Amino acid sequence: MYRGGAGQWAWILHRVTGVGVLLFLLIHILDTGLVLFGAEVYDRVVKIYTHPLFRVGEVGLAAAVLYHALNGIRITLLDFYPELSGRQRELFYGVVALFVLLFLPGAYLMLRPLF
Amino acid sequence: MAELSEAGGRPRPTGGLELYAWVFMRVSGLLLLFLALGHLAIMHLIHSVEEVNFAFVAERWANPLWRLYDWLLLMLALLHGFNGLRVMVDDYIRSAAWRVASLVSLYGLTFLFLVIGSLVVLIFQPMAGG
Repeated sequence: MYRGGAGQWAWILHRVTGVGVLLFLLIHILDTGLVLFGAEVYDRVVKIYTHPLFRVGEVGLAAAVLYHALNGIRITLLDFYPELSGRQRELFYGVVALFVLLFLPGAYLMLRPLF
Repeated sequence: MAELSEAGGRPRPTGGLELYAWVFMRVSGLLLLFLALGHLAIMHLIHSVEEVNFAFVAERWANPLWRLYDWLLLMLALLHGFNGLRVMVDDYIRSAAWRVASLVSLYGLTFLFLVIGSLVVLIFQPMAGG
């Protein structure tokens, strides 16, 4: 266990984003399943996703997936190269830097049609 | 609380099913990195939710390769996600009765969503539905 610090934040964020993405996945399986009930039903329901609130929500989803992916690489690297473990904090800062670098342009492109 | 490696990952289990689960999380995670981020880029950067409707899905799934892509993403994401939850049940739920109840519902839900998801991706026929 940690007594605070970068490693603990990395770990808590990994869990929270993981649960969040799984929750969305379950909803997304159900909404996509509506294609089996025909065009009218499906189109009426997925239209909800075009609401501005959901457009912002999908940026949050993208953020969660991106963080979870980048920190997942960090965890896997540390698993297979234990000699890196003294550098786990720097690796976390690398994750944060890469996240910001990829997320900002992505969020801009996703939200641009709203304005 | 399970002990954590320095990185916050679980230490590699020594053998058995737990070792398979540990390896699966790393391998599926790496594949999901491309499949899930690819899916997000295709749906939200190249296309947008404005375009997604029945006709869009029908056209996309007319190509079996997209069905395969979506099915693979679905299977790996579900198993990866539910195995993550299983680890969290191990970590946080103390009482034996609640552990059994949560694990049973977890396995039930995993099976249910694997079946629903696979059915949707594999049997959808736009002509019959539209």
